[in-house]
Amino acid sequence: MAKQSDQVHAPVGGRLFTPMFFGLGLLVLVAGFFLFNRFVFGLGSVTNLSDGYPWGIWIAIDLVVGTALGCAGYAVALLVYILNRGEYHPLVRPALLASLFGYALGGAAVMIDLGRYWQGYNMFLPWLSQYNSVMLETALCIAAYITVLMVEFSPVFLERLGMKNIRRRLDKVLFIFIGLGVLLPTMHQSSMGTILVVLGHQLSPLWQTQLLPLLFLTSALFMGFAIVVFEAVLASVGFRRPMEAFILNKLSTVMAWLLLGFVVVRIADLLFRGDIVLAFRANLDALMFWVEIALHVTALVLLWPRRIPASPRRMFLSASTMLAAGAVYRINCYLVGYHPGDGWNYFPSVGEIMVTVGIFALEIMLYLVFVKRLPVLHTVDRAYREEHAAQAREGGAAAVGQAT
Amino acid sequence: MALNRRDFLKLATVDGAVGAAAAGSTMLAADTASAQLLQRPPRPMPEEAVGLLYDSTLCIGCRACQVACKRANGMPIDIPETYEAWNGGTWDTPTDLSGDTLTVIQVYQDGTMEVKDRETDGFAFIKRQCMHCTDASCISVCPVSAMTKDPVTGVVTHHPDRCIGCRYCVLACPFGVPRYEFDNPFGQIQKCQLCTNVPDRDIPACADVCPTGATLYGRTTDLQQEAERRLGMAPGETYRFPRGALGDDRASHEAPIAHYQSAVYGEQILGGTQVRMLAGVPFADLGMPHDVPDYSYASITEGIQHTLYKYFIAPAVLLAGLVYFAYKNARSHRPEDWD
Repeated sequence: MAKQSDQVHAPVGGRLFTPMFFGLGLLVLVAGFFLFNRFVFGLGSVTNLSDGYPWGIWIAIDLVVGTALGCAGYAVALLVYILNRGEYHPLVRPALLASLFGYALGGAAVMIDLGRYWQGYNMFLPWLSQYNSVMLETALCIAAYITVLMVEFSPVFLERLGMKNIRRRLDKVLFIFIGLGVLLPTMHQSSMGTILVVLGHQLSPLWQTQLLPLLFLTSALFMGFAIVVFEAVLASVGFRRPMEAFILNKLSTVMAWLLLGFVVVRIADLLFRGDIVLAFRANLDALMFWVEIALHVTALVLLWPRRIPASPRRMFLSASTMLAAGAVYRINCYLVGYHPGDGWNYFPSVGEIMVTVGIFALEIMLYLVFVKRLPVLHTVDRAYREEHAAQAREGGAAAVGQAT
Repeated sequence: MALNRRDFLKLATVDGAVGAAAAGSTMLAADTASAQLLQRPPRPMPEEAVGLLYDSTLCIGCRACQVACKRANGMPIDIPETYEAWNGGTWDTPTDLSGDTLTVIQVYQDGTMEVKDRETDGFAFIKRQCMHCTDASCISVCPVSAMTKDPVTGVVTHHPDRCIGCRYCVLACPFGVPRYEFDNPFGQIQKCQLCTNVPDRDIPACADVCPTGATLYGRTTDLQQEAERRLGMAPGETYRFPRGALGDDRASHEAPIAHYQSAVYGEQILGGTQVRMLAGVPFADLGMPHDVPDYSYASITEGIQHTLYKYFIAPAVLLAGLVYFAYKNARSHRPEDWD
């Protein structure tokens, strides 16, 4: 394994207050308006939540999909530090940043959604802890992981502030946090699947299985990798930087295997239980099931390893399809496949949608501010370009400079 | 070059210490009828467990229980939106349980609705309230112990001072019982607690006021015997139905035995409930869960969790491995500019 000792990070620079910044800011303000109403008049005044559908998109999308998008740091840390694939190192910091925002805002969404948020701290009181609750495990794990992410990302601040001593001291124990940073998402991402097992017959057999934890863990991993690719392509286009095409192309192979594993287990489980017949009925469940499967298979086809490295366009397309596939699977599990009984229905209200949009807008805003002002992305200098070219030649790939 | 199969397998082993355990054992366990591999044993019912026996064939739909429940629990009247046009705002007309209604009488109607307790061209009543499950999902899912089961009476009680309002109990309850006050910025979860929360009440208000004995209070084992006695009699035979609480001294209600469905609802369903029911029409028609297992879904979830996290061994071993690799590998990636 080649030593990756020459990765230096630097702020991208540039104006903060771009038209895009103000556009996103406007969306955040709109979300703020609805949140004001939620806290003054109650959840019912803003959301379409009911006793039939007590959980809506703030849980299904903001938390369950949002934290999966936040698995970038998990996936890359696993690859770089545990499997020792040092060549992926330039992806670590942007991935950690995406994770930090994904999880912090997912956690914020939960606080907004909690009906008795002022007692939310009860989760952390050991004498109230109920250890059979999958949610307790998930919540504590997520809270711990947000802390771990802050520690993992703190070198960026320390570097910016020139605090080299603390930085060196932190470095001595950082490996513990890296270990935790892989353990905790393994636990809570699988648990987000286990959370649904207790729903029993209320969740359609198309999704209800004891394999939910395994399926959620796998989808978290491939969504984590997909968001890394997604961001890398956007960053290279947006900031006119060379793209880590070679690295990303190799990543595609990892993703393809994970995706294949997911699809095989998913279908085998349905065949084994015999519940696949439900997929051939004329209803929303069956339709959404096929949308979910079609997205997974499309992503798999787009990703399938080939000799010629994929173009940035193709990589972006496959990553987006994967993200959509994982998101639809999660929404199917948490909302579409849930049947509380006759007379109940749910579709998110404008307020719910705008709060979700606002949270994602805030995430993008913060991401832009961070990469422009803090050393998150690696510096693009001559040495870096040369090394990349060498790597590409070594691997027989020629797609490195494509985005430049 | 790119990650090959061996690397992928390595990835699978490292990440999968937890995942693979789930995969291996759950694949075997996946729905082999009632024998679920990752299942913890069922919870037994407390010996002195109390509950209700609701006999749908005795119920006349007077809703005295609803009114008494509201009064005992100090809850406001409930008018569904669809009734607002003709309901002036003084008449309590709930159609379902809600944050304002802990028990409700619903009606099954078919065709001409001529005969009571007949499935075709008939009608029947059903009383909805908390079933006080032996192995309750709401208790299992609550992260902060806001749902508890009395160790003696088995009554499932809610503690708003602990509740964080996550509504997982609302989502998970197979009977759709716990409800949240969505229109209140400081709303709470509401559910029947068999009037254990009401001071100076010996028996639940609903059973206390029921004129026909359709809702009867007592020890669950006694109620089960009472229900079986009724099932053992011939339809049309006269029977003195007890009122209020089993074994108290109020006058009984003499009436003929109806054509019952063959089983006592609640004896086994989803791990058993302390509220038991009898009816003349199938419980599926009455909107109650049917075709469901005899075990509690909580026993499956807890089985999975406590297998994966037993004594925290698996996570600890996984963490040790991860920290070891991180220690080994992070050294080789240390950038020069750190020194």
